[in-house]
Amino acid sequence: MASTPALPLDPTALRADFPILATRVHGDRPLVYFDNAATTQRPRQVIQALVDAYEQHYANVHRGIHWLSEQSTDLYEEARESVRRFIGARQRHEVIFTTGATASINLVARTWGDQHLRRGDEILLSEMEHHSNIVPWQQLAERTGCTVRFLPVTDDGQLVLAALDQLLTERTRLVAVTAVSNVLGTVNPIREIVARAHAVGALALVDAAQSVPHAATHVVDDDADFVAFSGHKMLGPSGVGVLYGREQLLDAMPPFLGGGSMIRRVTLDGFEPGELPAKFEAGTPPIVPALGLSAAIAYLEQIGMERIGSYESALTGYAHEVLARVDGLRLLGPPPAHKAGIVSFVIQGIHAHDVAQLVDQDGVAIRAGHHCAMPLHKRLGIAASNRASFYFYNTRDEVDRLCAALQRAQRVFRRRGDRPSAFKG
Amino acid sequence: MAFDGEQEIYQERILDHYEEPYHRGACPEATHVHEDDNPLCGDVIHVELRINAEGRVDAAWFDGDGCCISQAAASMLMEKLEGMHIRDVKQFTAQDMLQLFGARLTPNRQKCCLLSWRVAQTALHSPVDAAGLASAPPTSSQATAAGPGPPSQEAS
Repeated sequence: MASTPALPLDPTALRADFPILATRVHGDRPLVYFDNAATTQRPRQVIQALVDAYEQHYANVHRGIHWLSEQSTDLYEEARESVRRFIGARQRHEVIFTTGATASINLVARTWGDQHLRRGDEILLSEMEHHSNIVPWQQLAERTGCTVRFLPVTDDGQLVLAALDQLLTERTRLVAVTAVSNVLGTVNPIREIVARAHAVGALALVDAAQSVPHAATHVVDDDADFVAFSGHKMLGPSGVGVLYGREQLLDAMPPFLGGGSMIRRVTLDGFEPGELPAKFEAGTPPIVPALGLSAAIAYLEQIGMERIGSYESALTGYAHEVLARVDGLRLLGPPPAHKAGIVSFVIQGIHAHDVAQLVDQDGVAIRAGHHCAMPLHKRLGIAASNRASFYFYNTRDEVDRLCAALQRAQRVFRRRGDRPSAFKG
Repeated sequence: MAFDGEQEIYQERILDHYEEPYHRGACPEATHVHEDDNPLCGDVIHVELRINAEGRVDAAWFDGDGCCISQAAASMLMEKLEGMHIRDVKQFTAQDMLQLFGARLTPNRQKCCLLSWRVAQTALHSPVDAAGLASAPPTSSQATAAGPGPPSQEAS
């Protein structure tokens, strides 16, 4: 890992690559896009890659022997190689293209899970998981009778690692945790958790949807068995995601979806599955989205993940500093040193939806609700929260505009006095 | 400016209902009670009605927690329901409710507005004590005259 301090990135110059960031909303308010944890925006370079693909290279992959199909296949496999390099995998065929992190996790649950899990077996998740890393395991539990357990979270949104002593046993078959909380931004100690899982003979799956876009990823160094992430949260198109899996695991797993591409041979009596990675890519894969993802990776690599990480970290620190000065605003989650570029909060006396609606009137796009993490909100004792999530193209000036918009939202209510809420549900 | 006037959600009339709601609390001698939530945003509304022997809503009270729209809409609805015959309450449609609220709402926020309406409609069929009730059970013609159901809840 490079330790030479690179030049800090210049968000203003980079913003020029993102046409949508010049949008003005509700009349002529400049858009402040702070919903990057839900999905990021795309630079021209990625959009152009999609146009080029459709205008110059497009045909189905791994099928034709005609010139265009070879072009398309080469580019698609080059995209796989760029993902492999980007996440530090050993083998190209350990990179499976899916439709997104959700599909990646479901793939593991439906194949490895169905094959290996029985009543009495346990899967360990954490209380801060996105629904996409909870529900597939609950469904697996319904099918197999296995048990889903949860690593608790502290009041300030960090994993209670000490609880691993009790929760990890010889019954634990899989530990599936998020690298970064999509609600709180908490950065989890993935290497330690993976090592603890392996120590009891369990596998480890990392939901890396919120980490791969923002920090360098090394799946081999992390020693993770499975890693899932999405293209659209890292400048790529929606409709493409990745499942990384260790070769011998993927090899031993049964295929997931059946159809074209995933077979070696089909007869009227049955089929033989194909080799990796085709075995898990039934049907026509997300060809053009994968090329877009490859262009997104090239763009990110050109900036450098270290620079992106340190810029976002400074911006998050700044956001904490100025948001803490907003009266009645409570920041959720740990201090900035333990966080990625996600700042969630609640404002006393104003429901999260009202906050988001009011700041939207000033052109500021933030998220309101439970952010697909209902159990975490229950744990924190709140029904909903607001979330501002950053990418490298966001600026301090935009954070200031969020603050001003929040203060305006408060004035809408505050001039009228606080409403007592005694309802006990 | 794009948000002035009667289309504005956070207008005086709505904020008035939010901060000084009509009949927020328990209904004395309630005959019909129901509660539901909107799990997507955590809004919850509890409605208590007192329906008299002629089938009129004598008193309508609510309690709850949630956004300005869900709570203000509940307050407006309680005010509206009082004095209405349950026959007319059943004919009071989702569209009528949105009209009562007044401000223009996106589909996402319409469900905040319609939560209390949905709870109140269900409350009509939720007597506190089925044995000792004064309320007239709905006739078949009344039941078929009920307004359309609430819009389906979208996925997260």
